[in-house]
Amino acid sequence: MMDLLKLLTRKKENSKDVAKERLKLVLIHDRSTFSPQFLEMMKSEIIQVIRKYLDVEEELLDIQLTKTTSEDGERIVPALVANIPIRAMRSGNR
Amino acid sequence: MGEVIVITSGKGGVGKTTTTANLGVGLALQGKKTVLIDTDIGLRNLDVVMGLENRIVYDLVDVVEGSCRVKQALIKDKRYDGLHLLPAAQTRDKNAVTPEQMEKLCDELKEEFDYVIIDCPAGIEQGFKNAIAGASRAFVVTTPEVSAVRDADRIIGLLEANDIRNPRLIVNRLRPDMVRRGDMMTIDDIIDILAIELIGVIPDDENIIVSTNRGEPAVADAKSAAGLAYRNITRRILGEDVPFVDLTAQENILTKMKKLFGFKPA
Ligand SMILES: Nc1ncnc2c1ncn2[C@@H]1O[C@H](COP(=O)(O)OP(=O)(O)O)[C@@H](O)[C@H]1O
Ligand SMILES: [Mg+2]
Repeated sequence: MMDLLKLLTRKKENSKDVAKERLKLVLIHDRSTFSPQFLEMMKSEIIQVIRKYLDVEEELLDIQLTKTTSEDGERIVPALVANIPIRAMRSGNR
Repeated sequence: MGEVIVITSGKGGVGKTTTTANLGVGLALQGKKTVLIDTDIGLRNLDVVMGLENRIVYDLVDVVEGSCRVKQALIKDKRYDGLHLLPAAQTRDKNAVTPEQMEKLCDELKEEFDYVIIDCPAGIEQGFKNAIAGASRAFVVTTPEVSAVRDADRIIGLLEANDIRNPRLIVNRLRPDMVRRGDMMTIDDIIDILAIELIGVIPDDENIIVSTNRGEPAVADAKSAAGLAYRNITRRILGEDVPFVDLTAQENILTKMKKLFGFKPA
């Protein structure tokens, strides 16, 4: 009954709920932007791990933080994109 | 050994300077030796909010450059025992002070004072770095608006990155009428988003403007709602467990009548 009443009297969503939703989304993005130093640190550790298994062209290696659309296609989300050219597989990996 | 608390916000104009002045007077009224530092170099304001603008001789830059001794630059507030102000320089730029100099100054001041309260400039640049350098605690001020809360979130991240843990939240300029009709975020909404602990809620209050006109912080005004909120924060700083009053609770008929007939609210 209450719900029905609410439904009938409801005009628009409260503006404070809109504010909260928007804030939540913008903060997901804000909080995921790293500092350049942080990115450098992460990059060098990723390379170290990959090097154990693959012979990579380190000069051509490119790791970046960018944006992409989410799976449901409704939002822009951060993404880590890595382009790592491989020279050869290390032997003994099978 | 005293405590150094920095009052920050990210966004400008949300009430850092007002908060610094009121907490300073509040702490002095509780018998604490307190010094307020204005680090907003070039945009000095704490002096006028405190009503001490006519008494400035030296400023923060003079102190860190060694042009005068710290004691000489401190303005003693004659109205409140134990309260002092170290004003910002008005004609210098932000880079005239370094974080190392601020840290040294704060270390020196906390030997002598119970509380060192630092008024931070807006933004996240040099002025912010200076303001937080000597602090061990931080209060983050925000209004219940999208842009202010967003900037507060950024500041919380930066404080944590600089090893200032557990910053506390002050929500300023709350409008109970707007909250009641769903047009302003509630305190719970804001805490939910920022995920930090609350230390006070200040209502939007004309008395703040009136008291700033006079240079007499509202905390000393028994009749001001914002003043009461600042007195409560002061007691929380001192470790008292002061319950949070729900400013948005609907007034019942009895309290309305009492108000009408001039009784003080219980
Ligand atoms: N609770 C309040 N109610 C009404 N006005 C307020 C309140 N808090 C701050 N103000 C006003 O808002 C303006 C900005 O406040 P200020 O303390 O100077 O902000 P900041 O130092 O963060 O830039 C001032 O004019 C001040 O009087
Ligand atoms: Mg200010």
